[in-house]
Amino acid sequence: MDHASLDAAHALADPVRRRLYEYVAASDGDVSRGRAAEALGLQRTLAAHHLDRLVDAGLLEVTRRKVSGREGPGSGRPANLPRRSGRELSLHLPPRDYELAARVLAEAVDRHGAEDALHAAARAEGKRVGAEGGDTPLPEFLRERGYEPEDAEDGLRLRNCPFHSLAREFPPLACGLNLELLRGALEARGEDGGRARMSPVPGRCCVVVSKNNED
Amino acid sequence: MDKSTPAPAYQLAQLNIAVMRAPLDDPSMRDFADGLDRINGIAESSPGYVWRLLDDGGKDATGLRDFGDDVLMNLSVWKDVDALWDFTYRSDHLDFLRRRREWFERMREAFVVLWWIPTGTLPTVGEAKRRLDLLRTNGPSPEAFDLRTPFPAPTHHDQHA
Repeated sequence: MDHASLDAAHALADPVRRRLYEYVAASDGDVSRGRAAEALGLQRTLAAHHLDRLVDAGLLEVTRRKVSGREGPGSGRPANLPRRSGRELSLHLPPRDYELAARVLAEAVDRHGAEDALHAAARAEGKRVGAEGGDTPLPEFLRERGYEPEDAEDGLRLRNCPFHSLAREFPPLACGLNLELLRGALEARGEDGGRARMSPVPGRCCVVVSKNNED
Repeated sequence: MDKSTPAPAYQLAQLNIAVMRAPLDDPSMRDFADGLDRINGIAESSPGYVWRLLDDGGKDATGLRDFGDDVLMNLSVWKDVDALWDFTYRSDHLDFLRRRREWFERMREAFVVLWWIPTGTLPTVGEAKRRLDLLRTNGPSPEAFDLRTPFPAPTHHDQHA
């Protein structure tokens, strides 16, 4: 049993702390503790206490730098800015190791050159997932699946890759799978699958969903 | 010149080869051939790009067929593994990789090899061949490795393999 993951789950059991975690995770390390407290209507000391607990649990980490947007003289000293830590925590009871299985399967696809089959399977799964989503608005649909979408100039950028560690090890495979999955989901929603396209940049999911006229 | 931070003593050399499914001017290769200039441009403007081998045409290395008549090669130098990783997997180059089976045969053996070279030197095709053979024979080692199994640059002036 992974004790760190259990502790982390325990730390998130408190609803106030969970709101703080979600707020900080969505802010990309760009808000001070004070701003987070304000945004959630909490007393600073209470927010600080909860943030410390989240840091202790390994869910958040603290970076020390100036708040963006404030530059030059008078912009103040660097602040302690909480942000989501890069550490992955997972909790499966009974213990499971799907990641290991995914790595072995990816290696097998790679060795066999079975990308076409992988893409077809991902597209089909995307269609299933997309149909399940019904008429949930697209950003909400993506949020529910862990993509953490945000509006950008070229459409919906996805801040989180749900397949991060697999994508680190097998980038063309995992990103190809992800692209087909999202294309299938868009198609099942009656939209143009081509709206999902590869646009990899460091620190983001490799796929961007282009704007359509309704967004 | 900034003298306060001495240049690292080593840079990363990279070779990859790919067996084409059809000649470069075949219609099936068109998306690949048409995208070459753009992708090479992305490489050259990527942080940490140092050098790439060019053929007599001076644009790319598609005229060099040292590994076989239907085998394309890239030989390049990068600041470090992260720089090469970000270009390879976090730029539009990734879409080329995703589609590689449309244009290239699947290879059973390693087709990418990395090794460290002293800063200021350039790798030769002969050396690149030797490093690829090393990787194919022994698996990843500090003398010949790949992006999934990187080795750190030598810390002092050890002799190379």
